[in-house]
Amino acid sequence: MQPIIEMKNIVKIYDNGVVANNGVNFVVNKGEIHALVGENGAGKSTLMKILYGIEQPTDGEIILNGESVTFKSSLDAIDHKIGMVHQNFMLVPSFTVASNVVLGSEPLKKGLIDREKVLQVTQELSDQFGLFVQPDAIVDSINVGQRQRVEILKTLYRKAEILILDEPTAVLTPQETQDLFKAIRTLVQQGKTVIFITHKLREVKEISDRVTVMRHGKMIGTVDTKDVTREQMANMMVGREVFLNITKPEMKRAEKRMEIKNISFISDTGRPVLRDVSFNLYAGEILGIAGVEGNGQTELVEVLTGLKKSAGGSVIVKDEEILDHSPRDIRQKGIAHIPEDRLTNGVAVRASIEENLIVDRYFRAPYKKGFMLDYKLVDSKSNELIKQFGILTPNAKLPVGSLSGGNMQKVIVAREFSSNPYVLIASQPTRGIDVGATEFIREELVKIRTSGCAILLVSADLGEVMSLSDRIVTLYEGKITGVFPKAAEVSEEELGLYMLGIKQQTYEEMEKFL
Amino acid sequence: MSIELVIKSIFSSLFIASVIRISTPIIFPAMGGLVATAAGVPNMALEGIMNVGAFTGVMVSAYTGNVWLAILAGMVAGIMMALLLGVFHLHFKSDLFIAGLAVNLMSSGGTVFLLYILTGDKGNSSNLRSLSVPNIDIPLIKDIPFLGDILSGHPVFTYLAFLSVFLVYIFLYRTRFGTHLRAVGENPEAATTLGINVTRTRLIALAISGVLASLGGMNLSMAYLQLFQKEMAAGRGWIGIAAVHLGAYKPVGVMLASMLFGFADAISNQLGSLNIPSQLVQMIPYATTVVALAVYAIQQRQSALDRMKKYQKEHTDSLAAEASNVE
Repeated sequence: MQPIIEMKNIVKIYDNGVVANNGVNFVVNKGEIHALVGENGAGKSTLMKILYGIEQPTDGEIILNGESVTFKSSLDAIDHKIGMVHQNFMLVPSFTVASNVVLGSEPLKKGLIDREKVLQVTQELSDQFGLFVQPDAIVDSINVGQRQRVEILKTLYRKAEILILDEPTAVLTPQETQDLFKAIRTLVQQGKTVIFITHKLREVKEISDRVTVMRHGKMIGTVDTKDVTREQMANMMVGREVFLNITKPEMKRAEKRMEIKNISFISDTGRPVLRDVSFNLYAGEILGIAGVEGNGQTELVEVLTGLKKSAGGSVIVKDEEILDHSPRDIRQKGIAHIPEDRLTNGVAVRASIEENLIVDRYFRAPYKKGFMLDYKLVDSKSNELIKQFGILTPNAKLPVGSLSGGNMQKVIVAREFSSNPYVLIASQPTRGIDVGATEFIREELVKIRTSGCAILLVSADLGEVMSLSDRIVTLYEGKITGVFPKAAEVSEEELGLYMLGIKQQTYEEMEKFL
Repeated sequence: MSIELVIKSIFSSLFIASVIRISTPIIFPAMGGLVATAAGVPNMALEGIMNVGAFTGVMVSAYTGNVWLAILAGMVAGIMMALLLGVFHLHFKSDLFIAGLAVNLMSSGGTVFLLYILTGDKGNSSNLRSLSVPNIDIPLIKDIPFLGDILSGHPVFTYLAFLSVFLVYIFLYRTRFGTHLRAVGENPEAATTLGINVTRTRLIALAISGVLASLGGMNLSMAYLQLFQKEMAAGRGWIGIAAVHLGAYKPVGVMLASMLFGFADAISNQLGSLNIPSQLVQMIPYATTVVALAVYAIQQRQSALDRMKKYQKEHTDSLAAEASNVE
């Protein structure tokens, strides 16, 4: 095996002084599947952006096929047969699959685009690499798995020999992930080299030949995948023991706290997003919603928390209807909410940490004193929360926007948990934050569940849903397709079938568990 | 004039010819608006650019006596104004709508200012001897009864306007640059990663819209009339923007929408001879705009619903097929 890429002593210091890469050495051999793993902020993305020419290194050298190269932009990287599939797809929705594949270097005939050739080359590439797509389909109408294949075909059309896949499985169902792995193996068989960025250690084991672990901008090591266990990799990533399995005390389910009946929601464009969704939340239990993103989870949470108006249904809390009440009304009933979009709905970015911590309670005693705020109390309470939730900040007066994602999320969690919630609705509580904060938030969730809170958990991370939930409901195209009263006893594959709508329980089967 | 006469005149070849003529100065800015919108930089300054084009054409023709040089100068002026908008927005990052507003105000004020300096008149250029473009008689066709009256004998601009529809279509859907332009409009990030220069593409799109809008303006001052008037575009630039939306961002659709407005305009001209308050009649083109846009929005919503239902059905079918395959 000879190295195809050698990145030597790569240093990247951003203009704001953040050291993203600190002397990284990264070697990829020709024809291998190389996994690149690390926590959020470990510097994986920066390293790959440098390799793909999007960022320029502050120092260091890239050697490609034995020759030193410098990339001024991603075009240089493309010229050197490097292709990258970004996490958020870079496709033009109204164009056909084929037009997207050739976009930027379309074949011409007499000065105009040769449309037959466009379809033909796409079909040929699709056949050659076993990446099934329909060349004349409009991208807007195809699913995520197919879109990803279009992205891969785009790089292959540009003759890529090295493919960088940035967290390619993040948006896929288990079945689609298997299809992707099959495609990756075909690519490697035909001599391509694949760099696979991921968080999911199980996938590293399954697909990669070698794995490189990064932490805090440094390379920790490169090893043959078969020689390490997942626990060892996790140790390399965070430098301490990570609990892959959360230990939960036994569930003590108590009274019904929220009764959700036949909720519907119609989008602005008239699309039915939620259709007759019904379930109950009980004290002392975490109910997890499993579903591929975009199947109504976001809207469900928004309707329940009053951010969007429903198209009918009922939500009963303490014998009172709260559906379509104002968010504050709903909060006054004891419904806490960790929103999916941290920066939009979770915090006011420019406000201070303490302001963000009291934003749900400043208007009532003891914080409110006459027409003024009791700032002494605000001070002491905020500092208490900062300490209790381990928010890393020099003081509470800094704007929340200056914190890292994980610490920002801790501010939200601190606010919501300290309101002593009757029901907690947590949407993507650990998305895009580091392992330490993730683990902390998960433990806190389990803690308040055990102390009797009713929790609705929505997460795109199926592992999170499966390991935290006591009961799981699957949502597909806005409908509940299955309910699993014992979360611990259902397999990922089984859930996948319900998440994709391939299997469906009847209402009679589900009724008593909802 | 009686109502019967009005109705009769609406079905005459002359009326249809007038619809075509009146549509011309709407089709031009609408096509310009389409190109700019497709690139993701909706040009709000079409109205102002029309005024500048109309003014420049008149002035250059009056001082040089060369009508073609005048048209060229008008187009260059249109490009300059559009690029000014582009620089405000793309380089100085000002809001596109505010910058468009600024260019419009600048255009209407600037043309009147220069008009006053050059002619001593603040209203129009009637004391200058400016030129107009020739009308074109199409051989053979002009002799066909009825059709000849409709298709032949229009000013050069009218033919250019309809030709521009075809050219814009070929440009957007068949050329490499046009395809890139649409990609930039829809997903600039994707375009960037493929080596398409977003800023440059948008500047060029704006320049094209400037050329087309200025032609619309010159159609007013060098064909419709033979002088420049203050605020000559009289809302046609704005109606052009409406036509872009009503025409669903497709060249032929935008042309038809422009002609609908032209038709409404022509009708209001005919009704002017009836005993109806003229203010009411003059409202027709604008009321049509509002009604048409509302109808369009409702119909869009409906078709979105239909598409959704169709998609759901296909999806359920394919899932059922998949499930039976599994078994």
